[in-house]
This record gives sequence, structure tokens and C-alpha cells, in this order.
Amino acid sequence: MSAAAPAPAGWHDCRDTFSKTVEALAEADPRIVTVVSDSVGSSKLVNFRKRWPERMVNVGIAEQTVVAVGAGLANGGKIPFISAAACFLTARAMEQIKADIAYTNVNVKLIGQSSGIAYGELGPTHHSIEDMAWLRLLNNLTLIVPSDPWETEQAIRAAAALDGPVFVRVSRMPVPDLPRSNPRFEIGKAETLRDGDDLAIIANGVMVHRALTAAEALAADGVAARVINMSTVNPLDEATILDAAKTGAVVTVEEHSVRGGLGGAVAEVLATHDPVPMRILGFPGFLPTGSADWLLEHFHLNAAGIADAARQLLARK
Amino acid sequence: MVYEAQLGHPGGDFSAADVLATLYFGVLRHDPANPAAAGRDRFVMSKGHCTGAFYAVLAAAGFFPEAELATYMQPLSKLNGHPNRNYLPGVETNTGPLGHGLPVATGIAIAGQIDNADYRTFVLTGDGELQEGSNWEAALTAGHRKLENLTLIIDRNRLQQGARTEETASLDPLDDKWRAFGWHVETVDGHDHRALYDLLSASPKGRGKPLCVIANTFKGKGVSFMHDNVAWHHGVPNKEQYEQAMRELA
Repeated sequence: MSAAAPAPAGWHDCRDTFSKTVEALAEADPRIVTVVSDSVGSSKLVNFRKRWPERMVNVGIAEQTVVAVGAGLANGGKIPFISAAACFLTARAMEQIKADIAYTNVNVKLIGQSSGIAYGELGPTHHSIEDMAWLRLLNNLTLIVPSDPWETEQAIRAAAALDGPVFVRVSRMPVPDLPRSNPRFEIGKAETLRDGDDLAIIANGVMVHRALTAAEALAADGVAARVINMSTVNPLDEATILDAAKTGAVVTVEEHSVRGGLGGAVAEVLATHDPVPMRILGFPGFLPTGSADWLLEHFHLNAAGIADAARQLLARK
Repeated sequence: MVYEAQLGHPGGDFSAADVLATLYFGVLRHDPANPAAAGRDRFVMSKGHCTGAFYAVLAAAGFFPEAELATYMQPLSKLNGHPNRNYLPGVETNTGPLGHGLPVATGIAIAGQIDNADYRTFVLTGDGELQEGSNWEAALTAGHRKLENLTLIIDRNRLQQGARTEETASLDPLDDKWRAFGWHVETVDGHDHRALYDLLSASPKGRGKPLCVIANTFKGKGVSFMHDNVAWHHGVPNKEQYEQAMRELA
């Protein structure tokens, strides 16, 4: 097992973007408050606490209450950003997210920090690779999985502007700035980062830049792969998925279980409207211990693994 | 309502009815014409299954027409088995699963504390409901933050769905538990309107602690065959029982 490789220069931890953005929002809007379960440092909110101690509610290590208190703060006219480790915020407080937030339909923003396999070495209790499946089933709850700092900032700002419940999945794995010719973020709209008509790769979160690298490798083989960033999982951009199906083959890539997440969501749309050969790339279930980088390589979720899966899929077109 | 719907939780409805009536007709500052007014007192019905009593009181207070009570739990009715604020004015948060009301009410009270607002937040839980651990997470937070604008009322009828609370997972000494979490505790006869009114309407200013009112009640209060009888947690009276109950309640 290899240790985590140091992040290349210029790559980013999107938790920093979250905290900078929420501070900028809090400067402009006194209704913004943060709600944490002891998770001040891991949420990068030390500076927020320094600036607005009265606008940070720390309930202690209590995920059910961090969610319910957020619902109550919204009832009292606040715009709460609830920030906690994604693995506990979801699994431990799922009924509060369902009943107090989504079903009650309150103006609360949930920030699932260090999502996916960022805590690789700490084992499956600390992995959050089921959350997309759980959360995307909840009516009213907008679910966004941003891919880089620019998109994280856009997602946080859009979440604050939307009058309703939003969950933003924020990784701590370093990511580069993605190339964008025409940057524009809208909740519920996918972003086509690279065009191509031989097949489509649909990814989100930390997998998007890997999908782009895979597309470059495929281009060297003469294969034109479209790369789509499906950052909003709920509501899903079905039109872009159905357009992707016109390429005749779809690969999905997510830092999540292969069951019920982005791949499951895309498969539901394709199976209902326009079935095409498909590969769902992700994790098989509870994972062995290892660094995030090691886990991605071990399960072929690096650029080479994505390109190989695409080549295999093309043979089935 | 329960007889018409052939569904419901009449035992808990009757144990909570006097507390609800005291709140809505004496204590709470509310305006049914403007149910979302920012300065309103908040009431959170944590024991969300006892909608028989809750809806009857909301209707009598003017939040919706009393005639609508006849639709209780019927298809497409606003009067779900458990309250939904998106259908029904006057409901602050959707409840049903137990152990949700106090944590949400704690959040509302914190918002009031941050704003130095003068509205109060009340929450009614069942006693069996206190077996849910989420209540104790919230109790820690409310005690720590000295939320004097928060009042918890425990419908202490000593019965849960299948048995007495003290035989299931005992709660006594309940007052000591709340005191240990930093709350001010009062015990009262939960069917004595005057005593409830005096306790709940007193200004919390200067108390420096959240208030826990242990309201000693009887499940099925007011109906002889339901009184303190675990069989009436949920259950529907037959025609003879319904007529007898209506005579006794009149």
C-alpha cells in the first residue's frame, strides 16, 4: 500500500473554498449562521468563529441534533449552513435529514465535509460512499457534488440563494481547477466540459478531472469521448443524459458505491427512455483500508481505469 | 374524529388535551390570520401521533375551519395522521417519528437567543418518547446555552404503546435527570388548567435555564374505559363506546 502522494502544486482542498465563500456570504447577509458538531477545524471554520462567534452554533458531537437545530434555526429566520463530516452527517442523522429538513422543506444548507473516501485509511466507518444514494431519494432536497474550487463556490452561493434545503458534498481530496471555456453554474444543469460523439463519460466531484484525463488518452486512440460534469444529482439533468445516450454508450464515474448513486440515477433515466450500453464505475461496497489515492488506483478509478472501461464499452456498441 | 376516521391515538390525545388547550387559549401569542409572523410564540408538537387533540385545538383556535376536522386521515386531507406544516397553518415542523420535537425547538430557541427576540418556544413530548436518545443530545445543548426562552412540557402519562414506561425503560427519577442537564424543573397536574397556565405564562426572563414542566397526566383522561389503560394508545371505540365517551366528556 502506498501512502497518499503529495498534491501537485496549485491543487486545492475545496473545504477552503467552502469556508471562504460562507464568510463572504455572512458578511453580506446577517441571516447566515454556521452549525457544527464540534467540527470547526475539519470544516475550516476557525476564522468564521473568530469573526462571528455569536453566529456559530456548536452543539457538540451530536449529528442528530446538529441537523434538527439547523431546522429550528431556519424556522427562526436564519439561513443555517450545517457543516459536519459527510459520513456521520448522513448515516447518523438520516431521519432528521428526511423528516426535519426534506419533508418539512426548510431553508437549510447541509455541507457534507470530507466526503467519499477522503478518510481512506480510517476505514469504512469513515467513508461516505452511500450518501449520494440515500440523499438523492429525498424530495425537495437539492444535492450538489461540485468538482473544483470554482464550482464549489458557485454551489455554495447558489445554495444560499435558493429558498429550500440543499446538500453540498465537499471533498478534502486535492483537485485542480478544471478547464472551462464558458463557465456558468446553474442548479440542475449539467456541464459539458469536452465534446465527443463516440461515447459519453458522466462524472462528478473529484472524478471529473480524472474523466477529462481519460478522455485525452482516448483521443490519442482516435476515440472522441464527451465528458459531462453532472454536479447536481437531485434534480437530475435528464435532457443532457438523453443527449449523451445519442453517442451510443455511457460510462458513469463516481467516488461512491456503484449501487444507487450517480450511475444508478443515470441508469434509471436511460433504462426508462433510451437504453444504451453502460458501465457504472465506482466502489463495490465496504472497502479495505488504504489512502484515498491507493483506493482509487486499486479499484481502477484513475484515468487509466476509466479509459480502459470506455474501450471495453465501445466494443459493445 | 377518531371514531369517524376509524384511526387514531385517543389515549394520548386525551392525556395531552388539557396542556394543548391551556397553551392555545391562554399562553401562546399566535395569530391564526398570520400564522408565520416572525414574532409569534412557537409550539412544536413532538408527539406527532396525537393529532386528534392537536388538530381539534388548532381548529378551535382558528387556524382552519372546524368543519375540516371531519376529513381527519381521509384521502388527500390536510389532516394527516401526523402534522405537516406544508398543508396546515400553525404547524411549525413536521413530526411523527419520536424524538424530533425537542431538538428542532432547541434550534428555534437558539435563533431567538441570537436575535435577542422575545418570542418563546414550547414543545410537548410524550414521556415514552424520552427513550429516544436524540432528546438527550438536545437537552445537553439547551442546558449548555441556558435557553430560558425554551419550555419543554412532558406529557407524563406513564404509558407507552405496549406497556408502562417504568416497566419498559424506566425514566424516573425524571426530574433529577433534567436538573442534571441544567434545566429548571417543575411538576404539575397536567389536567389542572389554572396550575398549567400559571406555570407556562410566567415570564422566563432571568431564569437563566430552560424550563422542563413534568405534567402528570392520565392516558384516556375523561373517558372511564380508556383511563390509564394501555389498550387505548391507539384504538377506535365501537358505537356503544363512542356514545358513552361522548356522554362522559360532555
